[in-house]
Amino acid sequence: MSKSSLKQTLKDLDTKKISIRELNQDYLKRIKENENLNVFIHFSEDNVLKQIDNLENDNSAKKLKGIPIAIKDLFCTKSMPTTAASKILENFNPTYESFVTQKLLDEGSIFVGKTNLDEFAMGSATNTSFFGNTINPLSKENKPLAPGGSSGGSAAAVAADLCLGATGTDTGGSIRQPASFCGVVGIKPTYGLCSRWGIAAFASSLDQAGIFSHNVEDASILLQSIVGFDQRDSTSAKVDIPNYFENLDDDLNGKTVGIPKEYSIDGTPMEISQIWEDAIKVLEKKGVKIKNISLPHTKYALPTYYIIAPAEASSNLARYDGVKYGFRSEEIDSLDEMYENTRAQGFGREVKRRILIGTYVLSAGYYDAYYLKAQKVRKLIADDFNKAFKECDFIVTPTAPSAAFPLNEKQNDPIKMYLNDVFTVPASLAGLPGISIPFGKDKNNLPLGIQILGKHFDEQQVFNAAVSLERSYE
Amino acid sequence: MNNLIKGEKHDWEMVIGLEIHAQVKSNSKLFSSSSTKFGSSPNSQVSLVDAAMPGMLPVINKYCVEQAIKTGVGLNAKINNYSVFDRKNYFYADLPQGYQISQYKYPIVGEGKVTIDFKDGTSKDIRIVRLHLEQDAGKSLHDQNPSKTYVDLNRSGVALMEIVSEPDIRTPDEAGMYISKIRSILMYLDTCDGNMQEGSLRADVNISVRKPGDEYGTRCEIKNLNSIKFIKQAINYEAKRQIEILESGGTIEQNTMLFNTSTGKTRPMRNKEEAHDYRYFPDPDLLPLEISKEEIGKIKSSIPELPDELKNKFIETYELSNYDASVLTAEKQTSDYFNETINSDPELKNHAKIVVNWITSELFSLLNKNNQDLNNSPVSPENLGQLIKLISTNEISGKIAKDVLEDMFSSGKTARQIVDEKGLQQVTDQGEIAKVIDEVIAENTKMVEQYLAGKDKLLGFFVGQAMKLTKGKANPKMLNDILKQKLNKKN
Repeated sequence: MSKSSLKQTLKDLDTKKISIRELNQDYLKRIKENENLNVFIHFSEDNVLKQIDNLENDNSAKKLKGIPIAIKDLFCTKSMPTTAASKILENFNPTYESFVTQKLLDEGSIFVGKTNLDEFAMGSATNTSFFGNTINPLSKENKPLAPGGSSGGSAAAVAADLCLGATGTDTGGSIRQPASFCGVVGIKPTYGLCSRWGIAAFASSLDQAGIFSHNVEDASILLQSIVGFDQRDSTSAKVDIPNYFENLDDDLNGKTVGIPKEYSIDGTPMEISQIWEDAIKVLEKKGVKIKNISLPHTKYALPTYYIIAPAEASSNLARYDGVKYGFRSEEIDSLDEMYENTRAQGFGREVKRRILIGTYVLSAGYYDAYYLKAQKVRKLIADDFNKAFKECDFIVTPTAPSAAFPLNEKQNDPIKMYLNDVFTVPASLAGLPGISIPFGKDKNNLPLGIQILGKHFDEQQVFNAAVSLERSYE
Repeated sequence: MNNLIKGEKHDWEMVIGLEIHAQVKSNSKLFSSSSTKFGSSPNSQVSLVDAAMPGMLPVINKYCVEQAIKTGVGLNAKINNYSVFDRKNYFYADLPQGYQISQYKYPIVGEGKVTIDFKDGTSKDIRIVRLHLEQDAGKSLHDQNPSKTYVDLNRSGVALMEIVSEPDIRTPDEAGMYISKIRSILMYLDTCDGNMQEGSLRADVNISVRKPGDEYGTRCEIKNLNSIKFIKQAINYEAKRQIEILESGGTIEQNTMLFNTSTGKTRPMRNKEEAHDYRYFPDPDLLPLEISKEEIGKIKSSIPELPDELKNKFIETYELSNYDASVLTAEKQTSDYFNETINSDPELKNHAKIVVNWITSELFSLLNKNNQDLNNSPVSPENLGQLIKLISTNEISGKIAKDVLEDMFSSGKTARQIVDEKGLQQVTDQGEIAKVIDEVIAENTKMVEQYLAGKDKLLGFFVGQAMKLTKGKANPKMLNDILKQKLNKKN
């Protein structure tokens, strides 16, 4: 299956080789053929057709006019319900459009649907969704694989060619890990580059919107359209943003790549170590200086993350109480019972687990030992990177410790599931930009991902390294 | 001054600290642009942020921060260059986020103090621990439906300043004076409208009792009192309750109490075991507040004259007593009125004490009686000034002036007009007064004899008779002098 790229499609639309309607009919057809993957929580053909009608009557020039995009169902959208894959928001229809999706609408893109995710983005396999698992499009007959998570629906939508790009959010790896599992490109930009306004919050100090696409060029075009300062988000950054696509440069001669020794972890499959070495070799050939670096606090990243993220989540999810909107239990005799039953019935197991962990680590007597200590370690992890980036321009690591695993494999072992994030979490804690690109396959011919990390707001360097590796691999 | 209360067995001392919640005077809320107008129809001033819709984020209202800094300056407090907003987590129906954004470890304002002044001329400093900014909650309405509770989120997210005092207060009166003083400062600064009825200013009272000289006892906190009267009542009741328990051999449980305004009693709301664990942590949606010295300096320089400064100025300029000056400066409208009155005629500067008396006793009692406010007093400062001038120049007597003021109050006429129309000018003609006195003496020969026999008290009677004949217009001093002269001559 040869997938057309966003870049090529924009050209074809421009030269009238294909119309917006034809283009989207093609995608609609594939979406309907792939319903079994359970990629979408919300899909309405009528809604897509309506958007096509509107665009056909719109003569203004727009950068993504007519481009079919899938939206992770964590972004609030006016034209489609927003559920966060939770029963507690099952019938929630926002009256507002998130910053990121509004930007995509302003550019004329077409939203094909809202993609499945782990409930409130908590998970690494898109298997905690109230709306069921998403199946990795690369699965073989009778052996369904997990697409990764939490943005598994968006990654699968791109992998199955149900859209030309998709939005995701990444808190500890929720874009990069599913991108790796589904063999697509996924970028999480620097914390603060995309406004969080209108994205249902999981862990506010980590949540960051990003992009899935078929290739690095497409990712650079799509990311451009969702970044920017937003005064409604106090953590949104006011920075100069280059034109990523125009400045793409695969010549890495004279650059230095950092290779962190702490990312060689016992038990990592050979194939993963192999592609990592392959990537380093490719870079070396391109004139990149290889620098072995140390990020000494890496081993504390996962426990740190699994304290901070649940702590913030336990507070962020307090608003889902049955009072104002969303699900409310029928069995209520008192205010306390309304809270208890609404939240007991409205949240799934993983969300409840994290709320409990978060509540625990913030409670009196434990705060200093857990939350406060985790914040200190987070600072040390960020300092590690700051030091490392004095000696290198970007860092290359594997994205995930494995290829896509069978659906339900780690369902009952949260710790194993959490280990999926081992390579992605440190950069999340440090707020750094990271991209995952497909780079090699395992023995079952499943894609593996390479992660490239950059300095704060140096998405351009991340894209340049990624496009260089990508082109050499092709 | 004895601040102790008598128990059955011995004396007890109250130890009181106040947490005052003052609504920041601002058109919009602390983290959203919704209006803060009081009394609007329910849920008409609720933004997506106030209702805690998914994905909504708080953005700090800079004006509220400036107001808090201003207030800090007014409380003689340290302004912190670095402060942090924390989340205080708890569930309640009128708390849409499931947490209140407040400041915990790093408040915007640190230690300060305010001074309260007693009638006897002494004063006392009450130390302030801190002032921090926080969001108000909405309102749960339990009385609209027999089986349902309604929630009004208009107040949700409105900015409050919580001002925490040290436990330096020892009596209910001191507590009342302290909150009055805070209210006065906030109103001078225009950082809070001070309206206690509408809940713009309310207080939680922490109170314990001890034998004088002992360590602090276990305290109870009485929540959400919105009048000075209730604060005093609640303190009195709670202190008595605690003393009774202690004297009968019991111990005080650290409770949070509610005050019932109709019974005048406190009752426990929750005890220490049931106390919330608020799980404070820094709000990741907000950056720490960093305020430069320059910004603080700029705000400092914009601050108007505060009651204590004004008080000292009045004491120096007009030789008023500390107490008079503090009464005059307690409310901005009073000091403004005084200033306008005394400046309406250069002569009045020499009669400042009289001006104070006429404002704080005569005019205030008229306003009270008619349920009116100094701000819309029917008697303007200029007109009151004119009246006082008539007194000070002996044109009318003080007694007549009281009637004139009442007339001014109801008719809106000037003092001059009334005095002229009614011919109330004081009789200062010696001959005329002497004539009246002769008449009185002639008509009361028996009394005069009794007086001369030593019944001095009858002098008042003669004065009264003479005044009656002059319709109160005789200059009292002259009348007195001439009367004494004439009676003594008879001796």
